[in-house]
Amino acid sequence: MYATMLRIRRAEERARELYAAGRIPGFIHLSIGQEAVAAGVCAPLRRDDYLLSTHRGHGHLIAKGGSLRGFMAELYGRATGCCKGKGGSMHIADASVGYLGANGVLTSGCVLAPGVGQSIQMRGTDQVAVTVFGDGAANRGPFHEGVNLAALWRVPVVFVCENNFWASTTAHDLSTAGGSIAARAAGYGIPGATVDGNDVLAVYDAMESAVARARAGQGPSLIEARTVRFMGHFEGDPQGYRSRGEVEAGRQRDPIARLRAHLEGAKLLDAAHVARVAAVVEAEVQDAVDFAESSPLPAPEDALQDLFVHYPWTD
Amino acid sequence: MAILDFGDALNLALREEMRRDPRVYCVGEDIVLGVPFGVTKGLAEEFGTARVRNAPISEAAIVGSAMGAAITGLVPVVDMHFADFVTCAMDEVANQIAKSRYMFGGQISCPLTLRMPYGIGKSAGGHHSNSVEAWFVNIPGLKVCIPSTPADARGLLKTAIRDPDPVLIFEHRGLYRVTGEVPEAETLVPLGLADVKRDGGDVTVIATARMVGESLAAADRLTGEGISVEVVDPRSLVPLDREGLAASVRKTHRVVIAEEGPMRGSVGAWLAWVIMEDCFDDLDAPIARVAGPNIPIPFSPPLEAFATPGAADVVDAVRRVVK
Repeated sequence: MYATMLRIRRAEERARELYAAGRIPGFIHLSIGQEAVAAGVCAPLRRDDYLLSTHRGHGHLIAKGGSLRGFMAELYGRATGCCKGKGGSMHIADASVGYLGANGVLTSGCVLAPGVGQSIQMRGTDQVAVTVFGDGAANRGPFHEGVNLAALWRVPVVFVCENNFWASTTAHDLSTAGGSIAARAAGYGIPGATVDGNDVLAVYDAMESAVARARAGQGPSLIEARTVRFMGHFEGDPQGYRSRGEVEAGRQRDPIARLRAHLEGAKLLDAAHVARVAAVVEAEVQDAVDFAESSPLPAPEDALQDLFVHYPWTD
Repeated sequence: MAILDFGDALNLALREEMRRDPRVYCVGEDIVLGVPFGVTKGLAEEFGTARVRNAPISEAAIVGSAMGAAITGLVPVVDMHFADFVTCAMDEVANQIAKSRYMFGGQISCPLTLRMPYGIGKSAGGHHSNSVEAWFVNIPGLKVCIPSTPADARGLLKTAIRDPDPVLIFEHRGLYRVTGEVPEAETLVPLGLADVKRDGGDVTVIATARMVGESLAAADRLTGEGISVEVVDPRSLVPLDREGLAASVRKTHRVVIAEEGPMRGSVGAWLAWVIMEDCFDDLDAPIARVAGPNIPIPFSPPLEAFATPGAADVVDAVRRVVK
């Protein structure tokens, strides 16, 4: 999980630089500071489990084991990207690892996930479907429809609210009634847990029991992981809506430094090991950037491909 | 041939497909009893309530969960109850289902069928009467079919279920109890194949769903005036059988397009452009259109009748183009 968090951090820091340098088109939403949620959520999952993500989904994709090369090339809009350049940062998927997509529309995963769970149930496997969504998304209707349906049908789904306390530029207190998203689980008769989303071990523990429950056919759970978004809503966001002090305070809770201190304290990690992990991660990220840089752009007429399985025409 | 009504033909298609493929299941509000149109009636007795699944009144979750199931190995058939209610699941249809394959570069397939009971009649009023097929024709990534007979309903629904892409099937609720011949043998109707419902030489009426029957009635009346009307039903709008439509136009050189939905921004407007592009030099008269007025569907019977295009409108339009 330490290496996973570092991989996410470095991939996003590089993406940030490359975006600023004009190498990456469009918009990117970085999850720097929130890596413990991605790593803790995905660690108990198998490759054949499913994950539905958000517009801020780079970390989830990487933690689920998605290809770093395919990820970076997709951000670049290259033909070799996971989605051949048709999705981009906000609409990326890597079906080969069960990553069923980032999503540009908030909360959509909450209604897709019960169906994925139903499919698991009807196919008779012991897979699990996970959907991650933000605190802002928990205020849309599909959250309630999806949790109700999943509870009603008792499907193997874990709903994970990644609460960074900002719905774009609107503070949590100004958008979310009740003070707790996890508490909403009680209304649907399923377990709800609140965890420190900057403590990867706490996220892992909550997730492990929710996944075990789902695999055992005991139905869905809701986890609220409270975390901190170090960056703006999107790259280039001037963040006039929050104080510099808030972000600085958040950085004191950096999930990567925190796990490192914990592991060093427990004598499970030493400086040499840390350096080795950093070097491996750096090489992987550099390889992904090199791959993206050297990959071709899609041919313009490739825009007409992939709409339907059987019919190539578009009228 | 057996004589079945449109609703029973759809029921037969569901039964046949559910027997053929254990991945196929139905989901929607009140579908175990088959309320209100009876299309899914009796299916739960044969296939159980896991495969004929009543859902809460949660359109976003019904359609969204169907997509989740479709992209992970099942073949859902969603009953929208009334097509009007799809507005509550529009993100799921327009942003998620329609884009699932394209946006992810072909990694994901979404073999899902959305049954859309729709249309005007019986003073159902503004939220239960609309013809909304044009909305979906305008969304790349969806296939759209719209049968007019029991045989086509059965054949198109079966094709829709077997199609690896999302397909919407518009079922006019005024047609559910209309009867017709349905082949005894299992018969599929391909998408993208128009059907000539009546041969004629003077004018082509391109009509969909309920307007096919209205156009056939108009054709009968016009025979007395010495006008020979050909009625062509596109049956599927996406993909569209452009060649099939053009073949008829090249024969008759005159075209009327008849639909039930509002005139503005409609399927008929688009078909008129298709005919113009493919057959401009073959046309001997401007294309005439029959469609509903640009108003929500009103409740009171005389108001609803005003909003309902019918055979008389088709007769008038044909007279205009043959003049």
